[in-house]
Amino acid sequence: MWSKVLKTILQKKIALLCAVIIMIFVFIAFAAQFFGLASNWDVPVGVQYLPPNFSAFNLWLGTDVLGRSVVYKVIQGTRVALSVGIITAVLSAPIGVFFGCVSGYFGGIIDDLIVWLIATLSSIPNILLLIAISYSMGRGMGAVYIALTATSWITLARILRGEVIKHKQREYLIAAESIGVGHGGRIFKHLLPNVAHQIILSMTFMVEIAIRSEVLLSYLGLGVQNLPSWGKMIDDAKGELSTGVWWQLTATTCAMFLLMFAINVLGDYVRDALDPKAQI
Amino acid sequence: MWAYIIRRLIYSVPILFGVALVVFALFNLVGGDPAVLLLGKHATAERVAMVRTELGLDRPMVVQFGDYLKQIVTFDFGKSYTTREEISTKILNGLGPTLCLTIPAFFLTAIISLLIALVVSYYRGRMIDRLSIIFFVFLMSMPALAYILFGQYILASKLGWFPISGYGSSWSERAYYLALPVLISVFLNLGSDIRFFRNSIIEEVGQDYVRTARAKGLAEKWVYLKHVLKNSMIPVITYVVIQIPYLVLGSLLLESFFSIPGLGGMTVEAVNNSDFPVLKAMTTVISLLYILTTLLTDVLYRLVDPRMSFGKRG
Repeated sequence: MWSKVLKTILQKKIALLCAVIIMIFVFIAFAAQFFGLASNWDVPVGVQYLPPNFSAFNLWLGTDVLGRSVVYKVIQGTRVALSVGIITAVLSAPIGVFFGCVSGYFGGIIDDLIVWLIATLSSIPNILLLIAISYSMGRGMGAVYIALTATSWITLARILRGEVIKHKQREYLIAAESIGVGHGGRIFKHLLPNVAHQIILSMTFMVEIAIRSEVLLSYLGLGVQNLPSWGKMIDDAKGELSTGVWWQLTATTCAMFLLMFAINVLGDYVRDALDPKAQI
Repeated sequence: MWAYIIRRLIYSVPILFGVALVVFALFNLVGGDPAVLLLGKHATAERVAMVRTELGLDRPMVVQFGDYLKQIVTFDFGKSYTTREEISTKILNGLGPTLCLTIPAFFLTAIISLLIALVVSYYRGRMIDRLSIIFFVFLMSMPALAYILFGQYILASKLGWFPISGYGSSWSERAYYLALPVLISVFLNLGSDIRFFRNSIIEEVGQDYVRTARAKGLAEKWVYLKHVLKNSMIPVITYVVIQIPYLVLGSLLLESFFSIPGLGGMTVEAVNNSDFPVLKAMTTVISLLYILTTLLTDVLYRLVDPRMSFGKRG
């Protein structure tokens, strides 16, 4: 399965390009997180609202209302966005896999309970649940992680539950049972590898939705508090357009657009590589 | 039919209860003390204790949950912290503007994306199809805030084609003010809708019956119009129908940017003002409306699609 995905990425030029774009974003986020890239983002580098110019790297995208470098702010925003995307996917995938598998595999009253939980949580529109959780947990990053994890596992659990119920009837699982493989072995060694592509695809969507939601939450003032994030930058920049200051909003929009575009396109290629039905 | 509706109604009771439980737990157990939130951090302990008694926060949790359930049943959520208005009136007043925005946007998006998807999938695999796929992913990847900010700035402020923001009491005024938000809302959803519709249509092309139709010598145009289209409408309709419950929520961002006095804008306002009871009531009411609309669409969907039996048991 993995070699197939890798082959697709290497063969299709667009897929490769998107993979490279994502790697660059990850690299920037990594450098900002661990090697202090753009760590002095809150130090003014020039006068207020300096238009973009190429005299120095930190002036490429101009300055904001306090004379801080927009390049540095975009870099810090990348770090926030990617950490939210990745941490949410990593935390919520195991929860979704657990609930989806247990519910589909064992059925009965456990299934009823989990289905009830999923139905309840998905009856509250996602954005309201996100706001309610991050509002009640207090403003800040921790609340954002919890809110996004609490909402992201639901879709994966629902998809996996359906898949597991389908696969439970298949011969390979009945065969495994007949030669005495226990529940754990059947789930981990036989069932999970066969539904792994669903998990990977769901995780791609989780990253995308988490990044979008983080921007929305920070825009509403519920997200990260003392770091620049894309949502906060857009919030800062919304009043600037009418005064002719376009660079902060444009830079943030472009950064976010580029990442979303790359994830979307790469996700499509990965899906096509994994799903034999999706071929045209 | 009636048996199905009743069964479906009974099935929503535990979900309604679950929603109430989750919302109550989030706002009353996990969240900070509403009295402190209301008075600010610097309030004296006495004042906080007074407000706590006033709001009934010093009573046992079970009693408070009972009160909350009573609020839901009687549709009386008390008053807003900031504006002192009755929350239920506020919500009822907000539903109209929200629906005025979402319903036209919903129909326009569905019709436009379906038309484009029909054209694009007819030319599947050719240049026009490939270029348009890239364009739709492009549309999908733009941040929602960018559509709203640039749309409002360029189309309303710079070119002056639309009013910048506002809402009116008469229908013609509403149409005048809502034109741009509706347009932006259509563009927000266009990319993903077209892509989904195109994929559903193209998935049908690979089916056996299409090969049969071609083998008997039917022209490609008629294969497409007569066979492929009819069958591909099933996922398309399902996709459109499951969006209906979201109409009651409206768009948080669009409503707040265009000053539309709907439920979405109200939610944003409540977050900004830390208006705890409004947020709680809003989450509850919209979730309940959501469940109700889901129920309605389920019933209607079964009515329309003859393959869905009403599950006569025994």
